[in-house]
Amino acid sequence: MEALRQYEVLFIVDPDADEDEVNKITETCKQIITDQGGAITKAETLGRRQLAYEILHKREGTFVDLELEGSGKEIAELERRMRVNDRILRYLTVRMDEQRRRAAKFKDKRARKAAKRPFGGAQSGRQRTAEFASDDNDDA
Amino acid sequence: MSANYEDRDRDRDRNRNYDGDDDMGRGNGQGRGGRRMHRRRICRFCIEKVDIIDFKDMRLLQNYIPERGKILPRRISGNCAIHQRMLAEAIKRARNIALLPYSTD
Repeated sequence: MEALRQYEVLFIVDPDADEDEVNKITETCKQIITDQGGAITKAETLGRRQLAYEILHKREGTFVDLELEGSGKEIAELERRMRVNDRILRYLTVRMDEQRRRAAKFKDKRARKAAKRPFGGAQSGRQRTAEFASDDNDDA
Repeated sequence: MSANYEDRDRDRDRNRNYDGDDDMGRGNGQGRGGRRMHRRRICRFCIEKVDIIDFKDMRLLQNYIPERGKILPRRISGNCAIHQRMLAEAIKRARNIALLPYSTD
Protein backbone atom coordinates (compact mmCIF):
# COMPACT_ATOMS: atom_id res chain seq x y z
CA MET A 1 0.00 0.00 0.00
CA GLU A 2 1.39 3.28 -1.03
CA ALA A 3 1.61 6.17 1.39
CA LEU A 4 -0.86 8.99 1.00
CA ARG A 5 0.17 11.93 -1.06
CA GLN A 6 -0.10 15.48 0.13
CA TYR A 7 -1.22 18.18 -2.21
CA GLU A 8 -1.75 21.87 -2.09
CA VAL A 9 -4.37 23.33 -4.40
CA LEU A 10 -4.54 27.06 -4.91
CA PHE A 11 -7.27 28.50 -7.06
CA ILE A 12 -8.55 31.91 -8.07
CA VAL A 13 -12.25 32.68 -7.95
CA ASP A 14 -13.87 35.33 -10.11
CA PRO A 15 -13.74 38.78 -8.45
CA ASP A 16 -17.44 39.31 -9.26
CA ALA A 17 -18.36 36.45 -6.95
CA ASP A 18 -19.30 37.62 -3.46
CA GLU A 19 -18.16 36.05 -0.23
CA ASP A 20 -21.05 33.59 -0.05
CA GLU A 21 -20.34 32.33 -3.52
CA VAL A 22 -16.66 31.88 -2.75
CA ASN A 23 -17.58 29.90 0.34
CA LYS A 24 -20.00 27.82 -1.69
CA ILE A 25 -17.35 27.00 -4.28
CA THR A 26 -14.87 26.10 -1.55
CA GLU A 27 -17.40 23.82 0.08
CA THR A 28 -18.13 22.13 -3.24
CA CYS A 29 -14.42 21.50 -3.74
CA LYS A 30 -14.11 20.00 -0.28
CA GLN A 31 -17.11 17.83 -0.99
CA ILE A 32 -15.53 16.52 -4.18
CA ILE A 33 -12.34 15.64 -2.34
CA THR A 34 -14.02 13.86 0.55
CA ASP A 35 -16.33 12.00 -1.83
CA GLN A 36 -13.30 10.60 -3.60
CA GLY A 37 -11.72 9.47 -0.35
CA GLY A 38 -9.35 12.36 0.30
CA ALA A 39 -8.91 14.27 3.54
CA ILE A 40 -8.63 18.04 3.85
CA THR A 41 -5.89 19.22 6.16
CA LYS A 42 -6.18 22.95 5.62
CA ALA A 43 -8.60 25.30 3.93
CA GLU A 44 -7.97 28.99 3.86
CA THR A 45 -9.27 31.95 1.91
CA LEU A 46 -6.35 34.21 1.25
CA GLY A 47 -8.63 37.03 0.19
CA ARG A 48 -8.90 39.25 -2.79
CA ARG A 49 -5.76 40.43 -4.45
CA GLN A 50 -4.41 41.94 -7.60
CA LEU A 51 -3.44 39.57 -10.40
CA ALA A 52 -0.05 40.05 -11.98
CA TYR A 53 -1.63 39.82 -15.42
CA GLU A 54 -5.12 39.72 -16.85
CA ILE A 55 -7.00 36.45 -16.86
CA LEU A 56 -10.23 36.56 -18.86
CA HIS A 57 -10.09 40.37 -18.69
CA LYS A 58 -10.08 40.29 -14.91
CA ARG A 59 -7.48 42.23 -12.99
CA GLU A 60 -8.06 40.78 -9.55
CA GLY A 61 -9.42 37.67 -7.92
CA THR A 62 -10.09 35.83 -4.68
CA PHE A 63 -7.46 33.28 -3.77
CA VAL A 64 -8.39 30.09 -1.97
CA ASP A 65 -5.82 27.65 -0.64
CA LEU A 66 -6.56 23.99 0.14
CA GLU A 67 -4.24 21.35 1.51
CA LEU A 68 -5.27 17.74 1.30
CA GLU A 69 -4.15 14.16 1.52
CA GLY A 70 -5.16 11.41 -0.80
CA SER A 71 -4.29 8.94 -3.47
CA GLY A 72 -4.36 11.31 -6.44
CA LYS A 73 -7.76 10.29 -7.75
CA GLU A 74 -9.46 13.21 -6.03
CA ILE A 75 -7.07 15.63 -7.69
CA ALA A 76 -8.06 14.37 -11.10
CA GLU A 77 -11.73 14.81 -10.32
CA LEU A 78 -11.23 18.19 -8.66
CA GLU A 79 -9.22 19.55 -11.57
CA ARG A 80 -11.77 18.29 -14.05
CA ARG A 81 -14.54 20.06 -12.15
CA MET A 82 -12.53 23.25 -11.77
CA ARG A 83 -11.81 23.35 -15.48
CA VAL A 84 -15.51 23.28 -16.20
CA ASN A 85 -16.46 25.87 -13.59
CA ASP A 86 -16.10 29.31 -15.17
CA ARG A 87 -16.15 31.03 -11.79
CA ILE A 88 -12.70 29.59 -11.21
CA LEU A 89 -10.21 31.58 -13.23
CA ARG A 90 -7.19 29.42 -12.54
CA TYR A 91 -5.94 26.64 -10.31
CA LEU A 92 -2.57 25.22 -9.39
CA THR A 93 -1.90 21.88 -7.76
CA VAL A 94 1.43 21.24 -6.09
CA ARG A 95 2.58 18.02 -4.55
CA MET A 96 3.81 18.67 -1.03
CA ASP A 97 4.95 15.32 0.31
CA GLU A 98 7.96 15.07 -1.97
CA GLN A 99 8.98 18.59 -1.09
CA ARG A 100 8.60 17.93 2.60
CA ARG A 101 10.55 14.70 2.41
CA ARG A 102 13.37 16.53 0.72
CA ALA A 103 13.29 19.24 3.37
CA ALA A 104 13.51 16.60 6.10
CA LYS A 105 16.51 15.10 4.35
CA PHE A 106 18.29 18.44 4.25
CA LYS A 107 17.56 18.99 7.89
CA ASP A 108 18.90 15.58 8.78
CA LYS A 109 22.04 16.15 6.75
CA ARG A 110 22.63 19.46 8.46
CA ALA A 111 22.23 17.94 11.88
CA ARG A 112 24.69 15.19 11.10
CA LYS A 113 27.18 17.67 9.71
CA ALA A 114 26.92 19.82 12.80
CA ALA A 115 27.53 16.82 15.03
CA LYS A 116 30.63 15.89 13.09
CA ARG A 117 32.27 19.30 13.32
CA PRO A 118 35.01 19.09 15.98
CA PHE A 119 34.63 22.50 17.54
CA GLY A 120 31.20 23.14 16.10
CA GLY A 121 28.11 22.81 18.19
CA ALA A 122 26.74 25.93 19.74
CA GLN A 123 27.62 24.58 23.18
CA SER A 124 31.39 24.60 22.89
CA GLY A 125 31.40 27.86 20.94
CA ARG A 126 29.55 29.65 23.64
CA GLN A 127 31.80 28.35 26.36
CA ARG A 128 34.87 29.50 24.56
CA THR A 129 33.62 33.02 24.01
CA ALA A 130 32.60 33.24 27.62
CA GLU A 131 36.09 32.29 28.59
CA PHE A 132 37.98 34.68 26.37
CA ALA A 133 35.78 37.60 25.51
CA SER A 134 33.27 39.73 27.28
CA ASP A 135 30.85 40.18 24.38
CA ASP A 136 29.09 36.96 23.58
CA ASN A 137 26.98 38.08 20.64
CA ASP A 138 29.99 38.12 18.37
CA ASP A 139 30.54 34.42 17.85
CA ALA A 140 29.06 34.29 14.37
CA MET B 1 21.10 36.98 11.03
CA SER B 2 19.33 40.27 11.55
CA ALA B 3 21.46 41.88 8.88
CA ASN B 4 20.11 39.35 6.43
CA TYR B 5 16.54 40.14 7.12
CA GLU B 6 17.16 43.81 6.61
CA ASP B 7 18.76 43.04 3.34
CA ARG B 8 15.84 41.02 2.15
CA ASP B 9 13.27 43.58 3.11
CA ARG B 10 14.84 46.52 1.40
CA ASP B 11 12.22 48.07 -0.79
CA ARG B 12 14.64 49.27 -3.36
CA ASP B 13 15.56 45.68 -4.08
CA ARG B 14 12.80 45.71 -6.61
CA ASN B 15 14.11 48.58 -8.65
CA ARG B 16 17.79 48.07 -8.63
CA ASN B 17 19.38 47.00 -11.83
CA TYR B 18 21.93 44.28 -12.34
CA ASP B 19 24.80 46.65 -12.25
CA GLY B 20 23.87 48.17 -8.94
CA ASP B 21 23.41 44.77 -7.47
CA ASP B 22 26.74 43.47 -8.54
CA ASP B 23 28.71 45.39 -5.98
CA MET B 24 26.35 45.14 -3.10
CA GLY B 25 27.95 45.13 0.29
CA ARG B 26 31.16 46.60 -1.09
CA GLY B 27 32.61 49.85 -2.24
CA ASN B 28 33.30 50.42 -5.89
CA GLY B 29 35.30 47.76 -7.63
CA GLN B 30 38.27 50.05 -7.82
CA GLY B 31 41.85 48.96 -7.81
CA ARG B 32 41.96 45.79 -9.84
CA GLY B 33 42.34 47.01 -13.35
CA GLY B 34 38.76 48.15 -13.61
CA ARG B 35 37.38 44.71 -12.92
CA ARG B 36 35.10 44.20 -10.01
CA MET B 37 36.68 42.93 -6.89
CA HIS B 38 35.92 39.55 -5.53
CA ARG B 39 32.51 39.59 -3.95
CA ARG B 40 31.63 37.23 -1.18
CA ARG B 41 29.22 34.65 -2.48
CA ILE B 42 26.68 33.82 0.10
CA CYS B 43 23.49 31.94 -0.31
CA ARG B 44 20.95 33.65 1.89
CA PHE B 45 18.76 30.58 1.92
CA CYS B 46 21.60 28.45 3.22
CA ILE B 47 22.33 30.90 6.00
CA GLU B 48 18.73 30.97 7.04
CA LYS B 49 18.42 27.22 6.54
CA VAL B 50 15.44 27.40 4.23
CA ASP B 51 14.30 23.96 3.07
CA ILE B 52 11.11 24.83 1.27
CA ILE B 53 10.58 27.97 -0.73
CA ASP B 54 6.87 28.70 -0.73
CA PHE B 55 5.52 30.03 -4.02
CA LYS B 56 2.99 32.13 -2.10
CA ASP B 57 5.66 34.04 -0.22
CA MET B 58 5.57 37.18 -2.30
CA ARG B 59 7.77 39.27 -0.06
CA LEU B 60 10.56 36.80 -0.54
CA LEU B 61 10.13 36.20 -4.26
CA GLN B 62 9.88 39.88 -5.09
CA ASN B 63 13.55 40.25 -4.21
CA TYR B 64 14.51 37.91 -7.01
CA ILE B 65 12.60 39.46 -9.88
CA PRO B 66 14.11 42.68 -11.22
CA GLU B 67 12.01 45.16 -13.21
CA ARG B 68 11.56 43.03 -16.27
CA GLY B 69 10.09 40.22 -14.23
CA LYS B 70 12.92 37.85 -15.02
CA ILE B 71 14.49 35.51 -12.50
CA LEU B 72 17.60 37.02 -10.96
CA PRO B 73 20.54 34.86 -12.05
CA ARG B 74 22.66 33.00 -9.59
CA ARG B 75 25.80 34.84 -10.55
CA ILE B 76 24.28 37.99 -9.15
CA SER B 77 22.29 36.79 -6.19
CA GLY B 78 25.00 34.39 -5.06
CA ASN B 79 22.53 31.62 -4.32
CA CYS B 80 23.73 28.04 -4.23
CA ALA B 81 22.59 25.71 -7.00
CA ILE B 82 20.09 23.84 -4.87
CA HIS B 83 18.37 26.93 -3.62
CA GLN B 84 18.43 28.66 -6.98
CA ARG B 85 16.57 25.69 -8.42
CA MET B 86 14.02 25.76 -5.64
CA LEU B 87 13.62 29.50 -6.11
CA ALA B 88 13.17 29.21 -9.87
CA GLU B 89 10.54 26.55 -9.36
CA ALA B 90 8.69 28.72 -6.85
CA ILE B 91 8.79 31.75 -9.15
CA LYS B 92 7.45 29.72 -12.06
CA ARG B 93 4.61 28.43 -9.95
CA ALA B 94 3.80 31.92 -8.75
CA ARG B 95 3.71 33.07 -12.37
CA ASN B 96 1.29 30.35 -13.33
CA ILE B 97 -1.18 31.42 -10.67
CA ALA B 98 -0.81 35.13 -11.51
CA LEU B 99 1.00 36.11 -8.36
CA LEU B 100 4.00 37.19 -10.40
CA PRO B 101 4.12 38.51 -13.95
CA TYR B 102 5.62 36.53 -16.80
CA SER B 103 6.98 39.78 -18.14
CA THR B 104 6.57 43.42 -17.37
CA ASP B 105 6.95 46.36 -19.63
